[in-house]
Amino acid sequence: MNHIALKMLMGDRGKYLGIVMGLTFASLIMTQQPAIFLGIMSRSYSFISDVGLPDIWVMDAKVQFVDDIKPLQDTELYRVRGVSGVEWAMPMYKGLLKARLLDGTFQTCNVIGLDDATLIGGPPVMLEGTIEDLRRSDGVIVDIDGAQDKLGKPSPIPGGKPIPLKVGDSLELNDHRAIVVGIAKVTRTFQSQPVVYTTYSRAKNYAPKERKLLSFILVKAKQGQDLAELTRRIRATTGLAAYTREEFATLTYEYFMHNTGIPINFGISVLLGFIVGAAIAGQTFYNSTLENLRQFGVLKAMGTSNWILLRMILLQAVLVGVIGYGLGVGLTALFGYSMRHTILAFKFPWQLLLFSGAGVSLICIFAALLSIIKVIRLEPAIVFKG
Amino acid sequence: MNPSSLAVRCQNVVKVYDTGDQKVTALNGVNLDIALGELMMLVGPSGCGKTTLISVIAGILDQDSGYCEVFGEDLLNMSNQHKLNFRARNIGFVFQAFNLLPALSAAENVSVPLIINGMKRAEAERKAIAVLEQVGLGARVTALSSELSGGQQQRVAIARALVHSPRLIVCDEPTSSLDHETGRNVMTLLKEVALHKDRALVIVTHDARIFDFADRIAEMDDGHIVKVKETRDKAKG
Repeated sequence: MNHIALKMLMGDRGKYLGIVMGLTFASLIMTQQPAIFLGIMSRSYSFISDVGLPDIWVMDAKVQFVDDIKPLQDTELYRVRGVSGVEWAMPMYKGLLKARLLDGTFQTCNVIGLDDATLIGGPPVMLEGTIEDLRRSDGVIVDIDGAQDKLGKPSPIPGGKPIPLKVGDSLELNDHRAIVVGIAKVTRTFQSQPVVYTTYSRAKNYAPKERKLLSFILVKAKQGQDLAELTRRIRATTGLAAYTREEFATLTYEYFMHNTGIPINFGISVLLGFIVGAAIAGQTFYNSTLENLRQFGVLKAMGTSNWILLRMILLQAVLVGVIGYGLGVGLTALFGYSMRHTILAFKFPWQLLLFSGAGVSLICIFAALLSIIKVIRLEPAIVFKG
Repeated sequence: MNPSSLAVRCQNVVKVYDTGDQKVTALNGVNLDIALGELMMLVGPSGCGKTTLISVIAGILDQDSGYCEVFGEDLLNMSNQHKLNFRARNIGFVFQAFNLLPALSAAENVSVPLIINGMKRAEAERKAIAVLEQVGLGARVTALSSELSGGQQQRVAIARALVHSPRLIVCDEPTSSLDHETGRNVMTLLKEVALHKDRALVIVTHDARIFDFADRIAEMDDGHIVKVKETRDKAKG
């Protein structure tokens, strides 16, 4: 009877496409919007992910997320180095400084100061130059997105695209000269500001004069050291906050989850996608069953059991569900692929497939259930009614 | 009438529809016997209970009281599954509005009863094509119902009613959607192809033009059989 169920479903092309389109829409919204949401949220801790080498991040106990800088005194570095189990501890400066561009405008930059000797915490991928070039006088490394756009030189054509910053170009950071010695690829951050790497001492020079300028202490644990135990020891010994990389990323992620409207806004979009998809697909599927009711009645009169009719409806629901889900997920993947070089945040982990799959399944179960109830209650004597 | 030669025996069958605010008695003590090899027509004014009676006889509606036996089996006291199997094997249906599945070809439509009875699709379609040839539609086996004329659709419906060799065929106004000539052709076909000594036909109709095809005509009114008369040909025979 399966082929009969499928032919009954596809017999009315308009309705069949309507059901599939409804499910495609629901699947698309339930996959694409969370993918953008995850993309945005992953940017909140992308800086932490980019700094790969250290095991532990140490900071002021009141820090709530990676951009919430509460500077420490440089002496804290030595206290951390004195904690047993610490292989090495390096300073890092992270702060927002204004860069003056050639046309006289200012651009806020995320300036990262790396330990002068080891340059630990540098950009993950160098596109031009090397990290060691930072040792050159006034040297800075600029991220490619910033170099091509916000820090670019003004176009000679009014309204034209800026000319990308190149190695050898200079810019002004808080009235100090900085020479571009390298171009790096970094993961986009939540604020999407240009990222400028330099040495710790030079960063302190660029930064406004303050008593405390040490943002983070990056710690490598000795081999075989339990990281949870070491973070507890650092906290106990120094009174500072210490997190593993994953813990710090989670802290940052949760701060954005709890203190911004982003999850609610995306949640509403996903819910609307689910409701609209369920309404379109559910109603069209149910209407299609209603229009086929006499046909189901004929099958029932001829001796088809309720169980077989139920299987036929479930098969129809599964088919439209799989096609709609596949199209929706495919369109989402296509969307993500076509936007891969843009500023759009997009993250598509496999768990998202399960999430939207569950949503589409719910819609199909809902639609099929309405139809099944109607068909099971159907009196076969309907076939003799005019 | 010898009970072993009976296809249907109804005794004092009562069916009342409860519409909420009122009760409507559709069958009010119907007594009717239909013999094997017989073409019985049920006639009478609209609302007299004809359709309810064939629904009860076909096992798709339960009477409230009385006894209805089809080929010696009491339909009311059958389990649902037994009744489904009984219908699938023993009853063929022909409807006024044909009730073909519009998405299926003529051969696929005709094969449905065989598939319900567990036959494999390919074999069922082969057999369906053979029956379609028997009703003169061998050239239209792949046509959808929308591509067939009314007479052709009814012939497909007859083929569907016959394909699984049921012993009782119930027809509801099989000619009322057809013009005079096509209606008579359909009845000729039904009588020639469908009727034989091991099978009975019950036809509900208003169409006086086809009364002469009947062996007996039962007139109904107000939920009763008021008269059963043999047609002239039968009486002569």
